[in-house]
Amino acid sequence: MARKTIRSIPQQRALMPVQEPEIRAKNFDEVALGFDVPNALLECERCLVCPQPACIEGCPVNIDIPGFITRMIKHDYQGAYDLLTDSTLLPAVCGRVCPQEDQCEGVCPVGAGGTLEPVAIGRLERWLGDRAIAEGWRKVSHIERQPFRVGIVGSGPAGMACAADLAKAGCKVTIFEALHEPGGVLRYGIPEFRLPNSVVDAEIGAIEALGVEIKCNTLVGRLFTIEQMLGEMGYDAVFIGTGAGSPRFMDLPGEGLNGVLSANELLTRCNLMRAGQFPAYDTPLGLGKRVAVIGAGNTAMDAMRVSLRLGAEEVHCIYRRTETECPARKEELHHAEEEGIEFHWLTNPVEILGDANGNVRTLRCVRMELGDPDASGRRSPVVVPGSEFDFEADTVVYAIGTSPNPILGQTSKLKLDKRGYIQCDDSLATSLAGVYAGGDIVTGAATVILAMGAGRKAAASIKRYLGIRDSGRVYAPEHAGLDGSIFGIDLAERNFTHVRLI
Amino acid sequence: MTDYNDAGAAGAIHTRPSKTNPYEDIRSRGFPILTRTDFSDVTFLLEVEHPAMARAAKPGQFVIIILDEHGERVPLTIADFDRDRGTVTLVVQAVGKSTRQMQATLHEGGTLYGIVGPMGVPSHVSGAKKVICVGGGLGVAPIYPQARAFKEAGAYVIGVVGFRNKDLVFWDDKFRAVCDEFIICTDDGSVGIKGLVTLGITQALQAHVDVDEVVVIGPPIMMKGCVETTRPYKVKTMVSLNPIMVDGTGMCGGCRVKVDDRIRFACVDGPDFDGHKVDFDDLMLRLKRYKAQERDALERYDENCRRTQLPHEAGGAH
Repeated sequence: MARKTIRSIPQQRALMPVQEPEIRAKNFDEVALGFDVPNALLECERCLVCPQPACIEGCPVNIDIPGFITRMIKHDYQGAYDLLTDSTLLPAVCGRVCPQEDQCEGVCPVGAGGTLEPVAIGRLERWLGDRAIAEGWRKVSHIERQPFRVGIVGSGPAGMACAADLAKAGCKVTIFEALHEPGGVLRYGIPEFRLPNSVVDAEIGAIEALGVEIKCNTLVGRLFTIEQMLGEMGYDAVFIGTGAGSPRFMDLPGEGLNGVLSANELLTRCNLMRAGQFPAYDTPLGLGKRVAVIGAGNTAMDAMRVSLRLGAEEVHCIYRRTETECPARKEELHHAEEEGIEFHWLTNPVEILGDANGNVRTLRCVRMELGDPDASGRRSPVVVPGSEFDFEADTVVYAIGTSPNPILGQTSKLKLDKRGYIQCDDSLATSLAGVYAGGDIVTGAATVILAMGAGRKAAASIKRYLGIRDSGRVYAPEHAGLDGSIFGIDLAERNFTHVRLI
Repeated sequence: MTDYNDAGAAGAIHTRPSKTNPYEDIRSRGFPILTRTDFSDVTFLLEVEHPAMARAAKPGQFVIIILDEHGERVPLTIADFDRDRGTVTLVVQAVGKSTRQMQATLHEGGTLYGIVGPMGVPSHVSGAKKVICVGGGLGVAPIYPQARAFKEAGAYVIGVVGFRNKDLVFWDDKFRAVCDEFIICTDDGSVGIKGLVTLGITQALQAHVDVDEVVVIGPPIMMKGCVETTRPYKVKTMVSLNPIMVDGTGMCGGCRVKVDDRIRFACVDGPDFDGHKVDFDDLMLRLKRYKAQERDALERYDENCRRTQLPHEAGGAH
């Protein structure tokens, strides 16, 4: 077969249907509907299968992207899925929520020229993940039992990724989750129309199938401490992936008014507690008609689009910088704009005013302009003098980031950094021997895939710490030369029997 | 370690052998209810089996309970815990839809769908020599382990509890066992002194000039009254705040309260705060946030119960 070139591949991305904005803004069904088979295969044809693939380097968990695409082209979908899941555990999740434009798709040579769009790697990953769920594919891992028990704190993406790798390596893994449902941010944070609960359930099922036990309703730190886990509870190692923590507020006058809440609270009420279905579910929502969301990250986008679907008539985004600096995924921003969310760039709130009953009535804002670049290189916004104006709103949602959760700091001797996150070395080891940490509780708020990457990295470190082989390196016979072999038999096969000499 | 040996709940019926390792089998959901005691037509006690929690719980901490898959997360201060029996005790006041439903459906021998905790920073049992422990409404039960902890730390404990009338009084014998002085206040004077707990506090403060600390648990309006009562005496007054919560782990920020003009989260920074620095008006305003929905839910629930004539609604008890 002749090598594909940038000219010979399909120039346009294959079509992935999405729900029309006017319709989807009123339901919680998924916005992006995913490829069908012909379109998935068409998109596969756009991959150049580069000899030195930049996309693998660009992926936080180093998925062999050209590898799985090649198998898809050969219609070996299950083989493609197996290859994919060597690296990622949650393809149906990551295909949906990864910021691919900054990762694999961002370095794809197809898109490098600027005229073509990069290969839609995320959508292909999602297609394989969905197909696996539909077909009930489970990758069979040969698990060689090890006499080690590992406790994992938090069932979000970091904890799940770490648990899966360690379970595959033969450890007995228990995940402790404080909420009553597992999944962490995938459950309480990311809304149904972006990541359906059924997908989260399926991915959690895949982890349980590896023998991982998940204990909900268990608040580590308070029910038992990290030190107790290593001591009387008998865990050989612990991984902490508790997530980012407490929402930040701005300390503006009026933040105590009713109708002011964090995006975390809004999303938790809606996603975990299903407040949208009140009174069938007991948790109330209390959302108004004119919602102002402060911030423009992914959480802000989720909060706005959830508000719209829960019956808000107008949803506004208040952000102190411009669209260029907006930290949300491009696709989310685009979807939000399509659905009719109004963006107010270069606008910053200064005060929240209430009515006689203590409910939010008005958000007082100022206009901003971009000043000189700050230390981080971003141009910092400065207030335009005399630009104060009032903005009518009955609900104000803060989505301006989080501060570290204090519980483990309060209850253990773990060393924290200056900001209050858990201090780790490069291998993600904390100051306590045998305790590793990763995800938002180490880095501050980031993405699902970065948390998963951290979970996998910590799993590798834990395997080293426990002295078990790195099962993350998949045995691939065709790559094995005579190096690392005995009598021509690859050591990675572990096809040796211990012989006791009498 | 302090050993809490007295029977956790009124009327221990069946005892299970306590497990040697409480962490061996931590339940994920479905927690057995060992005993239930009704104190009045709205107040009832549940003793829930959870050996690990019984072992970890300290005075001042709370739990979140969930009735069923559709339930909301309801925070409740731990009223008592028994490490030998491996149980925690909760006292519930059936005042809203969720708590009314709990009253109707949770029975001895049944299970509770979800309970998580202990949450919050435990109360600091200071080296105070003389303390007043004040409880009113929902706060009567959870002030008991605090009084006991102070007693065990060697303090002179004055207990002040408030009820509407004589019939609603519970645990007076338990309080008398750990208090050097015990004052019951009732609205109608049917037992103890006639008046609010603030009157009891004033009496105690006037009789004892050397009170080091006052600890108050109860409805916000009562805690506010108590704080204002002790302020002129300049006695340190700790209160246990009960704002609206969702997750209870410091994630949602719904329970933020204003203390010393700063935002604090009751679930992870509290629930105990220096009462003289708490903005109670802010707390009481924020507690009203879902009033309309709460009223609707309760009305709808009552209507449903009437229509389906659920037998348990007849007596409000089991």
